Amino acid sequence: MFIRKDPSILVFLAILALFTIGATLMSEAYGSGALPTSMIKVLGKTLCLALAALAMDLVWGYAGILSLGHMAFFALGGYMIGMWLMYARTGEIVSATLSRAAIPPTPAELQDGIASQIFGVVGSSDLPLAWTFAGSLPIQLILIVAVPGLLALVFGWLAFRSRVNGVYLSILTQAMTLALALYLFQNDSGFRGNNGLSGLQNIPGLTDVPQADISIWFLWASAGALALAYVLAAWLVSGKFGSVIRAIRDDESRVRFLGYSVEGYKLTIFTLTAMLCAIAGALYYPQAGIINPAELAPIASIYLAVWVAIGGRGRLYGAVIGAVVVSLLSSWFTGGRAPDLSLGFYTIDWVDWWQVLLGLSFVLVTLFAPRGLSSLIDLAARLRHPSRRGRDLGPDVGALREREAKA
Amino acid sequence: MTALLEVSGVSKSFDGFKAINNLSFSIGEAELRAVIGPNGAGKTTFMDIVTGKTRPDEGEVRWGEKSQSLLKMSEARIAQAGIGRKFQRPTVFEDQTVTENLIMALKAPRGPFAVMRWKPTRDTDERVSDLARQVGLADQLDRRAGELSHGQKQWLEIGMLLAQEPRLLLVDEPAAGMTLAEREQTTALLRRLAETHAVVVVEHDMEFVRRLNCKVTVLHQGSVLAEGSLDHVSANPDVIKVYLGR
Repeated sequence: MFIRKDPSILVFLAILALFTIGATLMSEAYGSGALPTSMIKVLGKTLCLALAALAMDLVWGYAGILSLGHMAFFALGGYMIGMWLMYARTGEIVSATLSRAAIPPTPAELQDGIASQIFGVVGSSDLPLAWTFAGSLPIQLILIVAVPGLLALVFGWLAFRSRVNGVYLSILTQAMTLALALYLFQNDSGFRGNNGLSGLQNIPGLTDVPQADISIWFLWASAGALALAYVLAAWLVSGKFGSVIRAIRDDESRVRFLGYSVEGYKLTIFTLTAMLCAIAGALYYPQAGIINPAELAPIASIYLAVWVAIGGRGRLYGAVIGAVVVSLLSSWFTGGRAPDLSLGFYTIDWVDWWQVLLGLSFVLVTLFAPRGLSSLIDLAARLRHPSRRGRDLGPDVGALREREAKA
Repeated sequence: MTALLEVSGVSKSFDGFKAINNLSFSIGEAELRAVIGPNGAGKTTFMDIVTGKTRPDEGEVRWGEKSQSLLKMSEARIAQAGIGRKFQRPTVFEDQTVTENLIMALKAPRGPFAVMRWKPTRDTDERVSDLARQVGLADQLDRRAGELSHGQKQWLEIGMLLAQEPRLLLVDEPAAGMTLAEREQTTALLRRLAETHAVVVVEHDMEFVRRLNCKVTVLHQGSVLAEGSLDHVSANPDVIKVYLGR
């Protein structure tokens, strides 16, 4: 069994379980109320970001593909669930209003009512084609993984087939994200332009349930998804498949001469991680309450890479640690809760200076501690990196560097 | 005897430089062949063309009983068809253990989903330890390949080549960086392999070629200059001119 080979999986699951139980016991809905509902939402969202970082680690840390577009799949997953949430919720309100009329509304009238409610803001009252299935939860749930998965499949097929590698691939993925964001920004593309989808925290059918309860349910769902994805990722990387993708990261032409179709493997891992990101996004945005095309900004995907780098590339727990630590710190600093630092002649306001701090720590980690925060864990586990006189573990640009390796 | 690999009239130029010029070459089912030639004679480009890394400008490369053309196939498909390649520098996956390296090379379905489902069985365990024993790495199975010595890496790569169970082995300077004792082992191994496989050895070192005691093909400026036993080609005035005349 792969868990026996890597006991860190059990440690991770235990910590995640403790965290979830702890948060539940301190929540307003099921416990002491020490943590306000807004904090529970932050924690739940952080777990979703950790899930996205896990996917990023699979595709970058293990397969060596530095994708700077994975947050696009995350946001697409959010859009897909957001469409159902908004449609069904608006449907409830509209039917409540129309039911007061003498004659009960026909389905067509109901749909027109919903469409003009949702799209009035962009000056339209027709339901766009993309919203055809927005009324059906099962179909939208399938679309959460199907749409980003298909996009990743087509994009990846085109890019990997022409053997685009390294920096060029990263730029291409950025271009994809930007193009998608610009498309969604347009009012007539049918996703409410820069208004995005809002009111996603109101779950249809659960109008009477307080947000305190809903937030903790989403925290559980996010923790469950993260746990499942972690086990899936650990299973993937522990076996021969993991061997092959790490080999592709370090020396892909050698893998070709062993008879493996490198493109097929890259496409598989790219699509799979895109779907994982989409699931993370579908759990994230109901907790955030709103999604708009700014969420697809290329910078979001760069953050994802920064989390993984700071946490430690090529270890699953590293990605999770990086995402949790950096995103919690970031919300602390940018939330205005961090005390200003007075230097006498200048006062550092962390809301402005946090980005500088983050950028600086990214550079420092890359230069001096390539294993990032996981080097602390390695220190405890007495793992050391091999002495290879500065040689990387393979000739490819994505290859593991000397100081990222375990001896 | 029908040829296993038949290269006919192949040319390839890079930016006007003719690396391979109307080259023809063929090798049978169980045959050992040494390919020699000065630097820039086109030895590496020749291997690149056979393994699918480089596409020739013209000519034909045919493989196996059905004389299948290799020119349309990807590197991975060619490797699956049964052509194994060993590089000059040892190229093993340094971040992974000897076992993982060998398992990756073992002949098995190569698709992503088949590989996900793959599990070690008693058979594969035996095969891995058997291969490791053959190349003298039986007690190094759990070590990372990056920690092995240069010679051990060469052996591991040979082990991986054997694990693929290819029908044709292309071996680039196998003796580079090996000690005298290791060279003798390598010669013995190559000669033994050639009893059941087609083996092409690209080599610089004439002493090593003499030890192999096989048919020799001399390349010069991208085409075949002479072919025959080592004594025969060394007596060839053209070969003497190329090798000694500068």
